[in-house]
Amino acid sequence: MHEFRVQVGPAAFRIGSQWKRPLDQLAELYRDYPVPQIPDYSVRLESVSLLRRFIRPSVAINGDYMLPDAAPLPLEQGLLAAEMAMNLQMALGWRRHVLLHASAVEKDGKALIMTGQSGSGKSTLAALLGHRGWRFMGDEFVLVDLESGDAVPFPRLISLKNEAIGAMLATALDGRFGPLMPSTPKGDIRHLVPPSDAIAHMARPARPALLLFPSFGFDAAVREVGPSEVFMRLTQASTNYVALGEKGFSTLTRFVQTVPARAIDYRDGIEAEALVNQLWAECA
Amino acid sequence: MVTPLDSLTLVYQRRSGITHIVAEPAPEILAAMGADALTADEVAQRLAAQFDFDSAQAADIIAARLNELADLGLVERCYA
Amino acid sequence: MTHNGMLLVDALRDPAGTARLDPAGWTALLTIARVEQLLGTLARKLSGLPVPDAVADILEEARINAEYQRRSALWEADCARRALADYAGKVVLMKGTAYVAAGLKAGEGRHIGDLDIMVAQANLPQIEAALLNAGWEWVKEDAYDDAYYRDHMHELPPLIHKERDRMIDVHHTILPLTARPRPDAEAMLADADALANGLYVLSPTDMLIHSAAHLFADGELDGGLRNLWDIHCLIDERADDAFWPALASRAAHHQLLAPAERAVRLAHQLYGTDIPSGWRRGHWPDTYYIRRLTARDHWGRGTHKLTRLLFYIRSHWLRMPPLMLARHLWTKWRKSA
Repeated sequence: MHEFRVQVGPAAFRIGSQWKRPLDQLAELYRDYPVPQIPDYSVRLESVSLLRRFIRPSVAINGDYMLPDAAPLPLEQGLLAAEMAMNLQMALGWRRHVLLHASAVEKDGKALIMTGQSGSGKSTLAALLGHRGWRFMGDEFVLVDLESGDAVPFPRLISLKNEAIGAMLATALDGRFGPLMPSTPKGDIRHLVPPSDAIAHMARPARPALLLFPSFGFDAAVREVGPSEVFMRLTQASTNYVALGEKGFSTLTRFVQTVPARAIDYRDGIEAEALVNQLWAECA
Repeated sequence: MVTPLDSLTLVYQRRSGITHIVAEPAPEILAAMGADALTADEVAQRLAAQFDFDSAQAADIIAARLNELADLGLVERCYA
Repeated sequence: MTHNGMLLVDALRDPAGTARLDPAGWTALLTIARVEQLLGTLARKLSGLPVPDAVADILEEARINAEYQRRSALWEADCARRALADYAGKVVLMKGTAYVAAGLKAGEGRHIGDLDIMVAQANLPQIEAALLNAGWEWVKEDAYDDAYYRDHMHELPPLIHKERDRMIDVHHTILPLTARPRPDAEAMLADADALANGLYVLSPTDMLIHSAAHLFADGELDGGLRNLWDIHCLIDERADDAFWPALASRAAHHQLLAPAERAVRLAHQLYGTDIPSGWRRGHWPDTYYIRRLTARDHWGRGTHKLTRLLFYIRSHWLRMPPLMLARHLWTKWRKSA
């Protein structure tokens, strides 16, 4: 079993694989990240059967936390399988912070957090802002400290889908991109390594100052969102809120009472950036 | 643990770990009851003392709300 | 096959000994503890002892998890209690939920999954109806599995609660009806001890016998290290001089003397449980069981697939007469082809 280890923010992963290639790809993209001695979670990329290790090889994800019925991926998407495996461990296992399915960027010690359904654009917006003056903190999960309420960075490889790939190729001119994986269950996917300041400062938290619910594909608009609606939407965006019990409740209630929230609609990156800057000046 | 937000109130129930989002008069009923075992009429009387309404008329409504709260597990039915 | 499972056994038996572990050792230990569902227990045993920072974070996370599972389990039991409030007979909690409900050491840090209860077989229709009425529903729609369950198994087909998304297993005895040992379910119910809230747990001897039956007569040995840890805790906490003759005669009555004796012996051999000398005499398959129980590599993977297949067949062999087994496996394979 080949092995790869990486530290991302406060989480340490050990990834095993029966094939070397996906781990080589991971190692190359994560080359500037710290290597942990004792991992928090271990996952394994394994073949579905002995035969399928070699013929139309197919990757099943096993490890500390597993989904029993998950469909295996073809070996060319092994890198994607590894990223999904890490997401799964965080989503099912992490108890050290409130975990929000959201993206975040930082400026002046304060965090802008964006959350919404798949396709809302939170991932792409974070990638974009992270290359235009903000520090990228993460595009998949935002971790909220249970004592301080700070947002803690979790800067994994940015997962770009379909049109976002082209947009970021044009924006991140010095960016390091992973291989193109066409026709995955979620469309075309390509990974982008976060900017060097995101990696260098992955241990530096930021106080949440603005929460946005972006919706891509509509005329520019802004709407205030009340605390009880924010609370409901954030609990839906959190996989570990229930497990955290009382601490989860107090952290999240404090969050919705102190962080202003807006829903924004936008048609493209330029509009989005303008709305963000406007709201940041108003609220943060 | 009870946290009022805009028009709704969050109630965290320690025993179950469930967070309930309730609208009035649920938080007011819970607060008026405290830890006591009461009939719907008694609850109505306590609330009428605090708020402005006729406790006799409200008793049925309060009884319905108490049933709902019992189904959620926030109050427990006991039999005298 | 390496036997890294011994790392876990040693750590539970002698927590201070973990001071000798290097990072690779900790990595293996924690991975194996996870797969054996003993991480919460390990976290409890290591509480207060110096460990590397990274390990401390992992253990703290495990403690939060254990507390969450405990809370959920007790609430689920309470929901079942309220749903069955009109049932006059005993509702007996089993396994992890029973340990925490009764405040036993075996429940401390324990991983708890579904809610397991036992009731009298004659009253199953009433229990079923009450649960369905209170928001539980059937998990499987498959008619074949349903017939198999009702006729041969020791429990109803699985039920899950609509809103809470938690499963309940309703048992009427502790082993499948087609298995060779025929334990006395009525006696278990009759001797069940009452808890303050109106639910029940098995008597101390029955609790141990159930755990032993679950481990061996079920056949697959999955979760064996945890099962034996439960038994270690049960003995440690409640076995006085009167316990041992009572255990022997009760186990014999349930036709489960050999599994009970073996479980007690293995707990002693692995975890150092204090047992009377009369119970210690080893039998040659013990070594084989210990090897099987501790067979894990540093990724937490168990024995080779072929051995697992043999154990799957063996476990079904123990549950069903050979002709039925062949028919059952044939139907299963046909459907999955």
